[in-house]
Amino acid sequence: MSTANPADAATASAAAVPASPAALGADRRWVWIVVAIAALLPLLQFVMPNVISDYRLFLMSTMMIAAIAVLGLNLLTGFNGQISLGHGAFYAVGAYTAAILMDKLDLPYWTLLPIVAAVCFVVGFLFGLPALRLEGHYLALATFALALAVPQMLKYKWLEGLTGGVQGIVLLKPEAPFGLPLSEDQWLYYYCLIVTVLLFWGAWNMLRGRSGRAMMAIRDHHMAADTMGIDTARYKTVTFGISAAYTGIAGALSASAIAFVAPDSFGFFLSISLLIGLVVGGVASLPGSIIGGIFTVLVQNSAQALSNFVKNDIGLPYDLSPYSVYGILLLVLMYVMPTGIAGGVVLAWRRLRR
Amino acid sequence: MEQLIQQIASGLANGAIYACVALALVMIFVSTDHINFAQGEMAMFSTYISWQLIQWGLDYWVAFFLAVAISFVAGVLIERIVLRPLHNAPLLSIVVVFIGLLAICNSVAGTVWSYLIKEYPTPFPKDVFGMSGLIGAHQLGVVIVTLVVLTLLYVFFRYTPLGLAMRAAAQNPVSARLAGVRVDWMLALGWGLAAAVGAVAGMMVAHIVYLDPNMMAGILLYAFAGALLGGISNPGGAVLGGFIVGVLENLVAYLGNAIEKGLGVYIIGNGEKLTVALIIVITVLTLKPSGLFGRVVVKRV
Amino acid sequence: MAAFLEVSGLKAFYGQTQALYDVAFSLEQGGITTLLGANGAGKTTTLRAICNMVRTEGRVAFDNQVITGRATESIVRLGVAHVPEGRGTFTTLTVEENLRIAAYTRGRSAEVKRDLDAVFEYFPRLQERIQQQAGTLSGGEQQMLAISRALMLRPRLMLLDEPSFGLAPLIVQEIFRILRRINTESKVSMLLVEQNAALALDLADHAYVLETGRVVMAGPSAVVKNDENIRKSYLGY
Repeated sequence: MSTANPADAATASAAAVPASPAALGADRRWVWIVVAIAALLPLLQFVMPNVISDYRLFLMSTMMIAAIAVLGLNLLTGFNGQISLGHGAFYAVGAYTAAILMDKLDLPYWTLLPIVAAVCFVVGFLFGLPALRLEGHYLALATFALALAVPQMLKYKWLEGLTGGVQGIVLLKPEAPFGLPLSEDQWLYYYCLIVTVLLFWGAWNMLRGRSGRAMMAIRDHHMAADTMGIDTARYKTVTFGISAAYTGIAGALSASAIAFVAPDSFGFFLSISLLIGLVVGGVASLPGSIIGGIFTVLVQNSAQALSNFVKNDIGLPYDLSPYSVYGILLLVLMYVMPTGIAGGVVLAWRRLRR
Repeated sequence: MEQLIQQIASGLANGAIYACVALALVMIFVSTDHINFAQGEMAMFSTYISWQLIQWGLDYWVAFFLAVAISFVAGVLIERIVLRPLHNAPLLSIVVVFIGLLAICNSVAGTVWSYLIKEYPTPFPKDVFGMSGLIGAHQLGVVIVTLVVLTLLYVFFRYTPLGLAMRAAAQNPVSARLAGVRVDWMLALGWGLAAAVGAVAGMMVAHIVYLDPNMMAGILLYAFAGALLGGISNPGGAVLGGFIVGVLENLVAYLGNAIEKGLGVYIIGNGEKLTVALIIVITVLTLKPSGLFGRVVVKRV
Repeated sequence: MAAFLEVSGLKAFYGQTQALYDVAFSLEQGGITTLLGANGAGKTTTLRAICNMVRTEGRVAFDNQVITGRATESIVRLGVAHVPEGRGTFTTLTVEENLRIAAYTRGRSAEVKRDLDAVFEYFPRLQERIQQQAGTLSGGEQQMLAISRALMLRPRLMLLDEPSFGLAPLIVQEIFRILRRINTESKVSMLLVEQNAALALDLADHAYVLETGRVVMAGPSAVVKNDENIRKSYLGY
């Protein structure tokens, strides 16, 4: 193995993948096909209730939520080059904002997302201001510290009245509107699907335009972007805000989906999950964000099965946690597929066609 | 008043631990420009190794030195095997690899030794050297061990040819190569030393915070705060920074306690430890990124 | 018998860009050879290629050993001391530490002390500044330090990259006088890269002229120096 290889591949693809709009959003026809299939999926439940169970629909909803959260991180880290190891914090802000609004003000769930987006945008923007002075490692360090401190901050005594302290807040699951004949899980699925499509469409629009080019220019060469007259400070803080808003919306959706928020579900592990979603799916790739979202949910849900497999079938006396799977994957991926699954597929496709 | 002094004294003991971890971080930072997010978990893992050795019936100090030696070798191997191939990789890849290491150390420790909290022995005698409870015996022992470690490292780097070669490799790798220094091995040695120093910190702190796979998270954060405060490119500054944040941490808790008693208002307490560290980290990074004693590095473009 | 340093078919690359094309030359033991040429001709790259500091193809043999592809520090340890462009000072270390690095495999023995004394004989000025931080030295002193550090390696061949760069003429003269002494007294062969062709030709016995990564002219210094055409077309004086 050549030592310089992973590095070259990563930089090459980071530069090459988002350059063409086609790679950004894949082929448009394919996108419509995928969305159409996703929209029809719950209807199949009447035909094959065992294959498309309520639980599986719920899982797919959480995958979409995770995809949005990963997309949020990708906007910041993948497309703008600001490394965040603490995006779980914005997820938590989104989830808690939604939960508190529902719990204290009795706001209906569907009014929440704009409010959550606004709150998270402001929080992200404010965090982005000191982040302007931090480069590379230092930003990673600051966000790392943020990720570790979040659960503690949520437990802060003065906020207990709002956050419910260690107990958290119990919520109601959203019900289908207009008397639609949908179960809670079916409605949740559609709700997530609509939000996901809208947010990805918004991101795609932003990235293929002027602001997207500016974001990536800043990532690729900060100083050059500066000298070309791009207002790097504004772009970086606004990107931080938008990124936080995306991840916050995912947090709000998850609060609705799980109908419960508590401090300890927003720990370091959450931030790591988002990071692995980003890396596995593909840095600076929109389809990659979806793959990454699906992947994190799969790992967390199959961990028990995996653990059983290791124990019973291989016979090792170990409990394999999702954490260890994450760790090993993070390492292995950096060597064999530094551009993530999406990048890997693109590379393989190019090689096949040659 | 006596309580205040007591708080400061125990803050120094915590600070000693932070100083060790901060120094480990700085040793890797100055030679490779990387921030090792896995430093805390590596130290935790070393501590488990020593615990296991003690369980197998080894004497405390034998286990201690064995664990330090194992950590040193492991540190060297990690650098050679995991990080060497990523030498020119983009920053994100390297950060991700560190996070991966962190996750692996944590989960493997949890898998092998379980996530249950364990007691960890202290090698220091119980009686308090007649110091009227100002500082616990273990805490005093921690400070002494730390100071010994720091002195040894100082002597090594300052007065031995190998230490000199390591400093040279960190400062100017190209020139070091031209002076015949095997720079790659110097980096690996730096990793080994950092792992060893981290191991000492872990074994010293485990008696206080109890042994569990997550025991180092808060300590790592305070070590970061200390390293940044002192200047992450300055070993001496980082050590001093570690001691400062150790005392600061206890003073904040003491002050919060006093306010709660006097005014009946809760503002800050032990529950906000990590938040305090976060605030220190962000404040230092934004206001004075080079730290109190660090050099300002002018970046070439 | 083969030459002391023999370079043939030497190519070097910076990323995708090729900087040297089949450079070939040789150097006799005890001699001083100079590489001349305009900016960007590949003089510095040639020195770097010999020490494997850039991606290199071709063959370099030093004292009948092929050294192509070896690690820089291994080549250095064979006795090839490279005094880099810009001097490569360890700015935060003291003068003494700068010198001792080059001898670190030999420890703190009396031998190192003798080497230090020998170096100070050439450069007494450094002895006065022995405990000073190297970054506080003047440009000329840093150049002396760089040469001294190379000497501490006990080299048989010294590669000098523009030792006159950015220095006052008087200092340059002093340094070149000392280089001459090092060559004769310590029996160190030298490969000298210089912009200042007149100066280099005075010191060297052989000269090669490079242009855009190729050797275009070679000969004894005296011949090159007195050839009007070469001087006008390549050396610019």
